[in-house]
Amino acid sequence: MQPFTILRAPAAPLMRSDIDTDAIIPSREMTQVGKTGLGSRLFANWRYIDVHQKREERAEFVLNQAPYRHAQVLLAGENFGCGSSREGAVWALHDFGIRCIIAPSFGSIFRANCLRNGLLPIILESTTVEKIAQQMEVSNGSASIVIDLIACTVTDADGTNYPFSIPPQQREMLLRGLDSIGLAINRLPEINLFHENLNRQQPWLFAGHLKD
Amino acid sequence: MILKPRTLIDKLWEAHSVADLGDGVSLLHIDRIFLHERSGAVALRSLKAAGRTVCRPALAFATIDHIVDTETGRGDHTKFSGGSEFIRAMRNGAGDFGITFFDINDARQGITHVVAAEQGIALPGATMVCGDSHTCTLGGLGALAWGVGSSGIEQALATQTVEERRPQSMRIRCDGRLTADVFAKDLVLSLIGQFGASGGAGFAIEFTGSAVRALPIEARMTLCNMAVEFAGFTGIVAPDDQTIQYVQGRPYAPQGALWEQAIKYWHGLASDDDALFDRDLVVNVSSLAPQVTWGTSPQHVVSTDGAVPDPGAAATGLTDPAQRLSMEAALRYMDLTPGTRMGSIPIDAAFIGSCTNARLSDLREAAAVLRGRKVAPGVTALCVPGSTEVKRAAENEGLDRVFKDAGFEWRESGCSLCFFVGGDNFGGARRVISTTNRNFEGRQGPGVRSHLASPATVAASATLGRIGSVRDLNTP
Repeated sequence: MQPFTILRAPAAPLMRSDIDTDAIIPSREMTQVGKTGLGSRLFANWRYIDVHQKREERAEFVLNQAPYRHAQVLLAGENFGCGSSREGAVWALHDFGIRCIIAPSFGSIFRANCLRNGLLPIILESTTVEKIAQQMEVSNGSASIVIDLIACTVTDADGTNYPFSIPPQQREMLLRGLDSIGLAINRLPEINLFHENLNRQQPWLFAGHLKD
Repeated sequence: MILKPRTLIDKLWEAHSVADLGDGVSLLHIDRIFLHERSGAVALRSLKAAGRTVCRPALAFATIDHIVDTETGRGDHTKFSGGSEFIRAMRNGAGDFGITFFDINDARQGITHVVAAEQGIALPGATMVCGDSHTCTLGGLGALAWGVGSSGIEQALATQTVEERRPQSMRIRCDGRLTADVFAKDLVLSLIGQFGASGGAGFAIEFTGSAVRALPIEARMTLCNMAVEFAGFTGIVAPDDQTIQYVQGRPYAPQGALWEQAIKYWHGLASDDDALFDRDLVVNVSSLAPQVTWGTSPQHVVSTDGAVPDPGAAATGLTDPAQRLSMEAALRYMDLTPGTRMGSIPIDAAFIGSCTNARLSDLREAAAVLRGRKVAPGVTALCVPGSTEVKRAAENEGLDRVFKDAGFEWRESGCSLCFFVGGDNFGGARRVISTTNRNFEGRQGPGVRSHLASPATVAASATLGRIGSVRDLNTP
């Protein structure tokens, strides 16, 4: 996975609350048993006119506008990524080029999926997210913000710094581009000991058909 | 030493914490894994491509629910053009890794969360993950169950663990008692309406109080099912005698001496009396009326005798501009104007199904309304049982006849039109009243407008041809 350290980029404002993963990628857009090639399907219902046939770009949708066509940062309202657990939502964002999403809150499964794919979900106060969105709009998308995962700060277009928090293990994963599955596999001896102990305490959990 | 009082979630979390990864993140042992063809097929293919193995295949189960068609005579071929690839990848992957698999024509097939309870796979006090956000349904049994993405499933399969940040604790105490024509679905919709679709963000939610205790287990699953619609990490109801009766004798439930040992442990599974919750909410449910959504978020909800709200009115109390934009977008998408009585809104289709409301008790509640009545002319009506076992049990008591006589189509089990996957659709119907969990834009089909409600309200609306509850029906 690509490590995330410091990113300076414009931030595309998509300032609605409760943007669900069905909006991020409709179920029907995930047609392959795989994780790749979903970028063109990101926000399909909002991004295209006549989504089932011609698929022409809808000019007013933010990611179709010149400064944001290759956006790496997204600003959104609260509860971004609520709804379905579909990891396709994160794969589509990633494939489009989004590396970081800033919102007042996130759907919890979506947030976990971001971390597993090298995307940085940042929680800032809604007034701060609104302020950054306004800076982007006033500058017609020419402003940039700086996201610094080493210092855990966001610097807005006016140079104001906002600290954000992220658990150290999750920060480390993103900074080094680590894969959480590989890390957990390294702990298998410890996990197996734990399993045996749990089996002694709650033997009904792993009996009968459920025995190894 | 005096032990710090703990919540039920604390106890289950600590009992499963393999390692503390710092700042509240734990590596958690997963006792049960459930897969379906949508996220499970991708997880297994990716696992295989990475040359990894399944750590304990005996603890993993899989079925087919998301993409499979629900018409009689269905098979691997689906109306959704890519569907059969997912089904075959799931079946082959389960075979490769030795995972117990309930195939399309297996009597145990069904929606994962319905099957996990029905088969005794999910147990009180056990941890469980599935690549599906509604895994929290199983909190109704007192399980610590939550949804993860495909990569989360891969990790659970490869290591029997997932890492999660420990959620804060929330208790929602529901005092009073629901009246006979108000159900768990109405309760959970009204909670989301009152506290917002992000009201539970960062929390694991324990539902308590007399109204929750009085709920049968299947209704508790409906309640916990929508914890994710409240943005909660999961929902849970502490197990009690009803739970234990429900679990007893199910195929994968413990037996004999182990059963006795298990129920002793389960009886002790509760939050300590003096445990502190990070957030405590109390509601009284005795005067709650049947609920229905008007917009595109489950929080856009009113009682069936209410009206579409005005985002500009002070009464909505909106302080966040993003919230107001969402409400206005919802009104446009739903083609509704503020002040419209919900009871005046005509419907084109009625859908009874999904992991929220397609268990046997749900079908009984709908059938009780439909007996002796007919679906209104021009309304397309569908009933899709939550599992093949639910379907069989419903047919044994003649419910299929009630649905069919009323004018409902009676289908095979699956997730069906809870979401639009690209094949099956409502045949041009625009406005649907549905027992499902999500009224998002386009969720049930391009341009389809969804109104969420209980099975009784969906059945009543189907016969009225407009939104309405059992309170609006005349005696047949």
